[in-house]
Amino acid sequence: MAETVRMQGHNGDEIEAYFARPLGAGPYPGVVVLHHMPGWDDATKEITRKFSFYGFAAICPSLFHRVGPGSPDDMVAAARAAGGVPDEQVIGDVEGAMRYLRSLPYHNGKIGIIGFCSGGRQTYMSACKIPSLDAAVDCWGGGVVATPDRLTPRQPVAPLDMTKDMNCPLLGIFGADDERPSPADTARTEDELKRYGKNYEFHTYEGAGHGFFAVDRPGYRSVQATDAWKKVLAFFGEHLNATESTLAQQPAAVGAAPR
Amino acid sequence: MCTWIVEKADIMGSGKGAEGWFPLKKANVCYDHPYHAPLDHAVLIDFVNEDRGIGARVAVELTPESARGLMKAIQAALDEGEAQHLVEPALATHTHS
Repeated sequence: MAETVRMQGHNGDEIEAYFARPLGAGPYPGVVVLHHMPGWDDATKEITRKFSFYGFAAICPSLFHRVGPGSPDDMVAAARAAGGVPDEQVIGDVEGAMRYLRSLPYHNGKIGIIGFCSGGRQTYMSACKIPSLDAAVDCWGGGVVATPDRLTPRQPVAPLDMTKDMNCPLLGIFGADDERPSPADTARTEDELKRYGKNYEFHTYEGAGHGFFAVDRPGYRSVQATDAWKKVLAFFGEHLNATESTLAQQPAAVGAAPR
Repeated sequence: MCTWIVEKADIMGSGKGAEGWFPLKKANVCYDHPYHAPLDHAVLIDFVNEDRGIGARVAVELTPESARGLMKAIQAALDEGEAQHLVEPALATHTHS
């Protein structure tokens, strides 16, 4: 089942979210999905539904909700012109999404978070700021490593500088051809995670760039995306106490060569 | 990669959006992930009037080559207009974000 719901986010603001869940009795782990810079769009909602297929109750808050009301593309444009949304607000919205998941009678008590693009950066930040998260997946989050000239009043601290407070295991998915984050950026991030003894695993895919899960964009890489999705689901399965039936729904290994 | 590259220009004129013609006040020019164009990155130009809400927007998403071609066409049209003494003194200024 999937639908648009209302939830309380930062400052108690009511915002829209896309929610998807399996229809059984559960219990199911929860996943907070953070959308990419192009917004709370069809692609991200499809990802949210994907998690429900694999046995997770998933919620994707509309992080750009407050610039509306308006059409999704107008909201993206307004948020883009404003320089994105404040980090403090994102943390509040993630916490609100977690409260929503915890209120569900079929929730198993475990919550993970996954984000794409700007959502990946926000996921890394959430893993450092929210102690009650159980697992985090950063998909090509640019701006985790940020020089002082890239900081803004809305994003005043580089998430890299929050690493010592990371509270949960982290999975990172990256493309070797990406430039933000570049392989140098992810190497820098790994150094910091090792420095503080954090539980993490990073996978950088050759022949892939930014956003390679996106089936509607030229950067889609089917072989790399299929393998990376397996890793995401296994990671959440391990850390969020997913049931055997959830793990049994994961796709079989794909061995075809890239076209 | 999301770039968050945004340049802004104060402008004067009119644009035709979903609700018809409206006065324009600003052009936001970005180089980032497009919403509709099937590209990884594009030049995103939003002609807006924020006083009228976020829906007062005329949007285009162009390849870099198209954007450069557009700049040339704009410059050529202005040059010809000036040659014919048809262009009024500049009223709009460009500001960096």
